[in-house]
Amino acid sequence: MAAAGIKDATAVVGIGQTAFARHLPEDERTLACRAVLAALDDAGIAPAEVDALASYTMEETDEVELAKAVGFGDLTWFGRIGYGGGGSCATVAQLAAAIAAGQARVGVAWRSRKRGSGARPWTDTVRQLPTPAQWTRPFGLLRPVDEIAMLTRRYLHEYGATRDHLFNVALACRNRANQNPDAIMYDRPLTREMYMTSRWISEPLCLFDNCLETDGALACVVVGAERARDCRRTPVLIHAAAQGLPAQHHGMVNYWNDDPLTGPAWTAARHLWKHADLTPEDVDVAQIYDAFTALVPLSLEGYGFCGRGEGGAFTEQGALETGGRLPINTGGGGLSEAYVHGFNLITEGVRQLRGTSTAQVPGASTCLVTAGEGVPTSALLLRRGD
Amino acid sequence: MTLLTPVTDPEGAPFWEHARAGRLHIQACADCGTFRFPPRPCCPHCQSFAREWREVSGHGRIWSYVVPHPPLLPDYAAQAPYNVIVVELADAPRIRLVGNLVARAGARLDSVAPERLRIGARVRVVFDPAGLPQWVLERS
Ligand SMILES: [Zn+2]
Repeated sequence: MAAAGIKDATAVVGIGQTAFARHLPEDERTLACRAVLAALDDAGIAPAEVDALASYTMEETDEVELAKAVGFGDLTWFGRIGYGGGGSCATVAQLAAAIAAGQARVGVAWRSRKRGSGARPWTDTVRQLPTPAQWTRPFGLLRPVDEIAMLTRRYLHEYGATRDHLFNVALACRNRANQNPDAIMYDRPLTREMYMTSRWISEPLCLFDNCLETDGALACVVVGAERARDCRRTPVLIHAAAQGLPAQHHGMVNYWNDDPLTGPAWTAARHLWKHADLTPEDVDVAQIYDAFTALVPLSLEGYGFCGRGEGGAFTEQGALETGGRLPINTGGGGLSEAYVHGFNLITEGVRQLRGTSTAQVPGASTCLVTAGEGVPTSALLLRRGD
Repeated sequence: MTLLTPVTDPEGAPFWEHARAGRLHIQACADCGTFRFPPRPCCPHCQSFAREWREVSGHGRIWSYVVPHPPLLPDYAAQAPYNVIVVELADAPRIRLVGNLVARAGARLDSVAPERLRIGARVRVVFDPAGLPQWVLERS
């Protein structure tokens, strides 16, 4: 008999977050503690029961600091995922795998970041990695936005996608943020005029193609499916999970392989759908990683919502809006709610399946959550557990 | 004006040594002959550690380009908006190098008007005084 695997074996039972702002006075460790305790309170689970942790390699608060501060019990499983926002869903996936394998019982994943008031990582000229920085930075390809703009220009050229398609992504996120009081852009509507006349950051990407710069922290709690039935909230089952690092992929500067426009999403998607009872047509709502608008059409193609090169056209006719073919980023996403390396996409996916989103998709029972495209990535397929 | 200089590693160093001598060399597998970039210790096709540096013609086409605007590091902001291009080499189409399209060897990053850039344009390598590869439009 085949191994049972992780399908529906675990569930997210608690979510927590701090406020989101350009500047929060408290430090990252304090914010991490607040988010983790809020998530445990939401689940109705005591900190002393936590025995597993997962976060990003870029997370500043380490396991020792967090565990001591909030009063965790003995930890027997903890790990970090690399590649910035590509690791978001993988933190939850690692907990799911550990719990399904019997290595842990109560897992917490978290991300705390002061990217709003802290330094922009690309301004560090001392800590240049030889690969790939020696091949890119001397020429002025300095920031993540420059690296993704290069792929975007090629994408627009090869498939005839337009800036209007990118605007459709920015608008869908902003419209949902305008319904979410916790979103940084809650009271700031976006118009096509504003988008088309905004300043360039790296042509062909303008200001509104870029995510926010945010201080904030989020966390979630994962337990076994059986235990989940006794928790306070509607359990949200982790139906399938995957990471994706394609052969010959090269991170943000993925110009150095045969086919730069089929990125990590394609690899994660193949594994995800193979291990799921669902297909892309069954997905009611999606939270697609949106550090840049252009990552959304690339991800829509990778995860099989449309064919190669059709991601731009897919966004037409309000497809990404409430009531459209695939409502996305219903809390506002990284573009308009908060940019905390994609963790707010996970918590929003959970809210949709609990029925408590501020932009609730009626009757939503399945949600795809994706991590950073353009870097080694990860994804979760969540399903309502009652 | 002090732009960032390449922070090299043992695998990448020969590229820059050749560039300082005004030649464009790409790492290749010494057993199966496959070009690879960025340089690394062994061949992903045949797993051989035998490697060599092979000179290429320095002709290529623009595969994509961006035009960065501030906020940027100060010495780059001083030249912005400038272009950054990715060049697909004529001799090895899957090898793509990041660089700048300039009016002539040693010229500033903003020495070609952004309107003159287009995907598919033929370019040829030149080298600035420090040995950094740059690209100029081919006369057609
Ligand atoms: Zn070989």
